[in-house]
Amino acid sequence: MMDFLTLIQVLDSTVRLATPLLLACLAGLYSERAGIFDIGLEGKMLMAAFFSAAVAAVTGSVWLGLLAGIASSLALSGLHGLASITFRGNQLISGVAINFLAAGLTVLIAQDWFQQGGRTPSLMGGGRFNAITLPFADSLAEVPALGPIYSELLSGHSILVYFAFLAVPATWWILYRTRFGLRLRAVGENPAAVDTAGVSVVGLRYAAVAICGLLCGIAGAYLATALQAGFVKDMTAGRGFIALAALIFAKWRPWQAMWACLLFGLLQAVALRFQNIDLGGVVIPVQVMDALPYILTVVILAGFVGKAIPPRAGGDPYVKER
Amino acid sequence: MEKMPKWADVILIPVISLILAAALSALVILAIGEDPIAAVKLMVSGALGSTYGWGYTLYYATNFMFTGLAVAVAAHAGLFNIGGEGQAMLGGLGVALICLLIPWPHWSLALIFAALGAGLFGAAWALIPAYLQAKRGSHIVITTIMFNFIAAAVLNYVLVNVLRPKGSMDPASARFPEAVHLPNLHELLAPIGISFSKAAPANVSLLVAIGACVVIWALIWRTSLGYEIRAFGKSEPAARYAGISSVKIIVVAMLISGALAGMMATNNVMGEAERLVLNSTEGAGFIGIAVALMGRNHPFGVFLAALLFGFLYQGGAELALWTKIPRELIVVIQALVILFTGALDNMVRMPLEKIFLALRKGKA
Repeated sequence: MMDFLTLIQVLDSTVRLATPLLLACLAGLYSERAGIFDIGLEGKMLMAAFFSAAVAAVTGSVWLGLLAGIASSLALSGLHGLASITFRGNQLISGVAINFLAAGLTVLIAQDWFQQGGRTPSLMGGGRFNAITLPFADSLAEVPALGPIYSELLSGHSILVYFAFLAVPATWWILYRTRFGLRLRAVGENPAAVDTAGVSVVGLRYAAVAICGLLCGIAGAYLATALQAGFVKDMTAGRGFIALAALIFAKWRPWQAMWACLLFGLLQAVALRFQNIDLGGVVIPVQVMDALPYILTVVILAGFVGKAIPPRAGGDPYVKER
Repeated sequence: MEKMPKWADVILIPVISLILAAALSALVILAIGEDPIAAVKLMVSGALGSTYGWGYTLYYATNFMFTGLAVAVAAHAGLFNIGGEGQAMLGGLGVALICLLIPWPHWSLALIFAALGAGLFGAAWALIPAYLQAKRGSHIVITTIMFNFIAAAVLNYVLVNVLRPKGSMDPASARFPEAVHLPNLHELLAPIGISFSKAAPANVSLLVAIGACVVIWALIWRTSLGYEIRAFGKSEPAARYAGISSVKIIVVAMLISGALAGMMATNNVMGEAERLVLNSTEGAGFIGIAVALMGRNHPFGVFLAALLFGFLYQGGAELALWTKIPRELIVVIQALVILFTGALDNMVRMPLEKIFLALRKGKA
């Protein structure tokens, strides 16, 4: 049986692993709520992971790295917008292209810049986001039960983790309490109505895609400069697709997205810590943990546990009437 | 009225897209300090300059014909099957089981049943997403992506826990028996007096792939099922009004698509590796997307595009060997081809349509 400290450690690693999922998931939420499907979350994260690590390695400043990561992710978002909004192309195909572009370009540029087989040099000191110790974390660590929860689980994460979890209420507020959010949701359901009201469909969709790029950029930078210390080839390892799965699991809603990402983060944390899990004679192989987010998503999509209905205009380019 | 003549749609647009992709790739090569013209020369000599190079080019092309056809068949039904990778992985499992469990007297018999087994496993892996799309409206793109990941986990489990021979640390199946060894092009061409490299992996499944191109062409354009698939892909409401069952078309089109992707395993698993290893598909399922887009979903177009990508893959391997251009250049080229022939299609198409309209007005 797991003792209390192990439980805290697993949950702590859950928070760390859920953070990139959550950032990418919220990124997808803005884009898809505005009617732009994005299966290129993975590629944008990967691109940002590389550029943040590369710039942080060269300049020694993680903040410059973060900016570079966001910029590179925004560039891919711009490409996605160009293809799917301006030229009304297939959003899914554009996403596939972006994933390959990132997978290829990151290794190509990494090899050209650093000659280390497609990686960046390891980041040290100011090149990484370091853990923040919350006030009194050390002195409260001895308090039974609550002490470890505060000092181990809540304290000691990098600033991006706190940003990611604060982004959840912020997203809820923007989406449901601001005019921009109302219009954003409307443009994903019925763009013609938004157009009739005199609001630019193209402008709104580009804004949504840009927010998506920003958040994917932060997610990628977190992977390479906080969770790990540098970029390695294909380091996103399908996280963009798990985020997509979480988005569907959450039925495109921010709070639920957080819980879905925490659940999938927990699965990753458990798979990382224990290999095969023995539940009283029945052994659950580690591969089941790996596959569970995807299986759960298919079940949800199939509508057996509450139906997941995407934004109605999702995937359709908007053609203004002439 | 058509805005453009058909030849412009079928030939001109893909060629312009390809030129754009090639030009950008050349810029990438320049940017990393290499000479694009020398790179192209090296790729041509490496991929087409010897029977060894041709053997690899045709080997890759065989994979891409299967996966390209898989994407194309689904596309005719208006479905985007992004799950070719997972279906090909499961196809590999089918081939491995057929080759390992049954003592075959001759490779030809084994190939027939291995192709059937691979097709069956691939089709089965496409069935659930197809059924969910048809009956429950679950988006097939998302479910097939999820099934790619589930396939990877399944394969990992089977290789580590079931098929791995005792005492072996490698997550791979045992080597297939000698009797199921597929003749490569050297062994096929030697009796008719043509000498071909012994080391190259292209094998008899190339002929299966070419046969599949012909069969799929006949299916799509010469049978009533093909007509129904195309009608459904063009307009779902119209097809339903004409009495075509949407459930039937979605499921049948995806079964054919999954079977084609699965049959790729006769080449990479049975023909080349002769055992099942992790990641045996090496992304060929995704390259099928680029191949189908490039080939305009026509089997002959897929055949040509598969040859082109086979050339790119072998040429890219040679580049990685002799220059400091990494293999990932091919992934970039592949992305650019998908981008220009797929997502940015209108960017190429719109100006061309204007030119053709202007020309027509000038004549009239």
